[in-house]
Amino acid sequence: MTAHADIAHGETAHEHAHPGIGTYVKVGVILFVLTAAEVAVYEFGYNHAGAGFGALLHPVVIPVLLVLSALKFALVAMFYMHLKQDSRLFSSLFVFPLIIAAVVIVALIALFAYHYAFQKLIH
Amino acid sequence: MAPAADHATTTGLDSRKMAIWTFIGSECLFFASLISTYLVYRGKSLVGPFPHEAWTSPAGQHFEPILEIKLVTVGTALLLFSSLFVVIALNGAQRNRRGQLLTFLGLTIMCGIFFVGMQVYEFTHFVHEGLKLQTNLFGASFFTLTGFHGTHVTMGVIWLITMFILALRGKVTPEKALNLELAALYWHFVDVVWIVIFPVVYLMK
Amino acid sequence: MATTAVEHAHADVHAHGSKTGLWSWITTVDHKRIGILYGATAFVFFLMGGIEALLLRIQLGRPDNTFLSPEMYNQLFTMHGTTMIFLAIMPLSAMFFNYMIPLLIGARDVAFPRLNAFSYWVFLLGGLFLNSGFLFGAAPNQGWFGYANLTSNQYSPGLNVDFWMIGLQILGIASLAAGVNFFVTVLNLRAPGMKLMRMPMFVWMSFITQVLILLAFPVITVALILLMFDRFFGSHFYVPSAGGDPLLWQHLFWIFGHPEVYILILPSFGIVSEILPVFSRKPLFGYAAMVFSGAFIAFLGFGVWSHHMFSTGMGPIADTVFSLSTMLIAIPTGVKIFNWIGTMWGGSLQMKTPLYFCLGFIAMFIMGGLSGVMHASPPADLQQTDTYFVVAHFHYVLFGGSIFALTAGAYYWWPKMFGRMLSESLGKLHFWLMLIGFNLTFFPMHFVGLLGMPRRVYTYPKGLGFEIYNQVETAGAFLLLIAFLVFIWNVIRTTRGPANAPADPWNGATLEWAIPSPPQEFNFAEVPVVHSRDPLWETKRERGGQLPEPVRVSGAGIHMPHPSYWPAVAAIGVAAVFVALMMLPKLGPAGVVVAVAILFLGVFKWAFEPA
Repeated sequence: MTAHADIAHGETAHEHAHPGIGTYVKVGVILFVLTAAEVAVYEFGYNHAGAGFGALLHPVVIPVLLVLSALKFALVAMFYMHLKQDSRLFSSLFVFPLIIAAVVIVALIALFAYHYAFQKLIH
Repeated sequence: MAPAADHATTTGLDSRKMAIWTFIGSECLFFASLISTYLVYRGKSLVGPFPHEAWTSPAGQHFEPILEIKLVTVGTALLLFSSLFVVIALNGAQRNRRGQLLTFLGLTIMCGIFFVGMQVYEFTHFVHEGLKLQTNLFGASFFTLTGFHGTHVTMGVIWLITMFILALRGKVTPEKALNLELAALYWHFVDVVWIVIFPVVYLMK
Repeated sequence: MATTAVEHAHADVHAHGSKTGLWSWITTVDHKRIGILYGATAFVFFLMGGIEALLLRIQLGRPDNTFLSPEMYNQLFTMHGTTMIFLAIMPLSAMFFNYMIPLLIGARDVAFPRLNAFSYWVFLLGGLFLNSGFLFGAAPNQGWFGYANLTSNQYSPGLNVDFWMIGLQILGIASLAAGVNFFVTVLNLRAPGMKLMRMPMFVWMSFITQVLILLAFPVITVALILLMFDRFFGSHFYVPSAGGDPLLWQHLFWIFGHPEVYILILPSFGIVSEILPVFSRKPLFGYAAMVFSGAFIAFLGFGVWSHHMFSTGMGPIADTVFSLSTMLIAIPTGVKIFNWIGTMWGGSLQMKTPLYFCLGFIAMFIMGGLSGVMHASPPADLQQTDTYFVVAHFHYVLFGGSIFALTAGAYYWWPKMFGRMLSESLGKLHFWLMLIGFNLTFFPMHFVGLLGMPRRVYTYPKGLGFEIYNQVETAGAFLLLIAFLVFIWNVIRTTRGPANAPADPWNGATLEWAIPSPPQEFNFAEVPVVHSRDPLWETKRERGGQLPEPVRVSGAGIHMPHPSYWPAVAAIGVAAVFVALMMLPKLGPAGVVVAVAILFLGVFKWAFEPA
């Protein structure tokens, strides 16, 4: 039983290692900036796609948005949901389903892309 | 839902915290299915209104692109800030700072309510513009995806209000801060789902 | 730690009110009682599903038969499939999760006892709701797979599909709640020293099953929500005329459906892996390989769903990918079969009823597995799809696999659960009748399927060469009925007999055999400490032979969770919400409001009640 008690104490120590308000606010600011960047990418990439920066951005709007969104997702999960400090087990409880979820989304998009292309072909 | 056993757990981790993470993992597949549906049907609507393109019906009625990016950006910011607020509230609960706890929990709830309000306004607006669940595939998949997210936000608000009342009665002490942490984890999850939905639905043409 | 607990003189356990009577069952949060509730309910549903199957077999016993109308036939085959999957095999597995997991890991209960009660009540209400369609002459009639657009308002205007989709939605909530509960229980409530790689194989396989439930059920939930919106609110997710695509249903359904078949079989793998070592007097062969092959099967289970859809024409790339991933599953499955045989190899086999059923399981499951690999190949599948060959295949894995293993588990753990030994001679009679009946019923389906007899059709014309096979199948089905009547007689006889089962009738290897049969409410007076994979064998070796019969202790001072009826109230709330949705046109929003109020009352009272 002592071994277990030790683990339990270890976990309590982890809890105390949650970052302070300063870190939270910094992450909040970064999140806000990233969101602003997302909207800016939309604005320039689509509405000012004629020339300059917008023209450059236009073909890569979707990948850029996905990267920005993934960054925000990771920041909230790591700092606000404390996955960076908490037990690795909690991270796996989240990341494993996320992988399955991503595979399902990508596979369905691919399967339906083929399906729609094929339908177009035969009609 | 308190654990059965009063002795320490095998992993040393709290069972309830493990349960909420397990639940969140399960919910990933729920939202993945809804997002898949939305993406598979993207651009497959036979009639408008469309999210990003204007449309003129055979009868000559003109529809502008229906999404209101500005409004939703405000809602997105509110939800992001609410995540910051709830984590500060939790910090207050853990350190027994009652003022910090109540202020930031209150702010979180306000943000949540405003987000739901934003969504109710958006939905009503769409219906007035002529987009309903029955109109086309965009309407069906949009209302279902964002509607179920909104339902989750509403559940979260109810949970947080319950925690706020408990905090007012002085029942969210440092020893019981875990009760708030569970609600906060759920709240952050609802936030990260929106972090995915916002670009996928509103920003990608 | 627990030794001191026993010495405390507080009468906690006795302060919880009455221990008998209906009310004690409604309010129980004891995992053992909930397990028995699951088992009894599921067995009743199993009999209903069996009777449905018998009626189908009578209809198919001769060509151009008019015993059942086509409509009735559709309802019966739909309800047979749905019942056997969701109301028989899954909850029979859940009976063993409930009763055995805490005992096998040395815990006093599950992680969330009241959530456990909630799961049972939701399951019961969902099962009753699903079957209530019969009362209105409108039982589901579109097949257990519910393919769009057969389920649309246009093609299924009646209530049939509503009963099905709402019933499944309710049952999904029960499975998800139980999934979270057992997942956390296995990770967090193990006895000291029981590392993950010391867990009994049944616990491992059940744990993996919970992962599958947690990740697969949300997908069917969404698929059913879309269907609900189509039917109730007029959206067009699955309506081709409005741009919707019935294939979306098929994909979502099978993303759930394929993991679901592993949800049905993995617990059975676990049961067999518990029984074989005990009756071979040898530890399980290749423990680690068994764990990893189980995990690998589950993981691959998420990447094979489209092999149910080869005939939809997905194109060569998708066909190849899903065909290969499906064939890959044969490898970990083969590993398991070799390890079971390796466990028995050179062992001193105790030819008792549980071992008989395990041997039957291995043989039948191999046959089902082989025909499964056959339709992993798209060209072969195109010939076999929608024929009785497929019916033969999945009955060999679900009946020959799951039901044989669950029956083995019932004979094996019966003395632990009820303190009485089932009769060996009746058990063996049950086995032989079931084995012969099973093969008579399902083996000819391979042939008649390859001859081209389509499934899900209520009759067939004379002269196609189907008659003799179908007659044999129908005769076999009646033999199966007799086999289960023998089992029921065995149970009745045993229940009337004396409760004299010893704590350890089989010379078991796992913790549950160290405590009295049936266990006391708190399971372990003293929390065991585990040093190996076969803890009880280890203890017996150390002490040189059998252990003395454990004595029943007062259990004073052991804190057990209080009984509660709020989980049942919350479960009624859940069911009421769905019924109110279905009755929306008649009751209006008031019904939903009342139902949500009941749900919230249950949840809040439950949350703020002292545990």
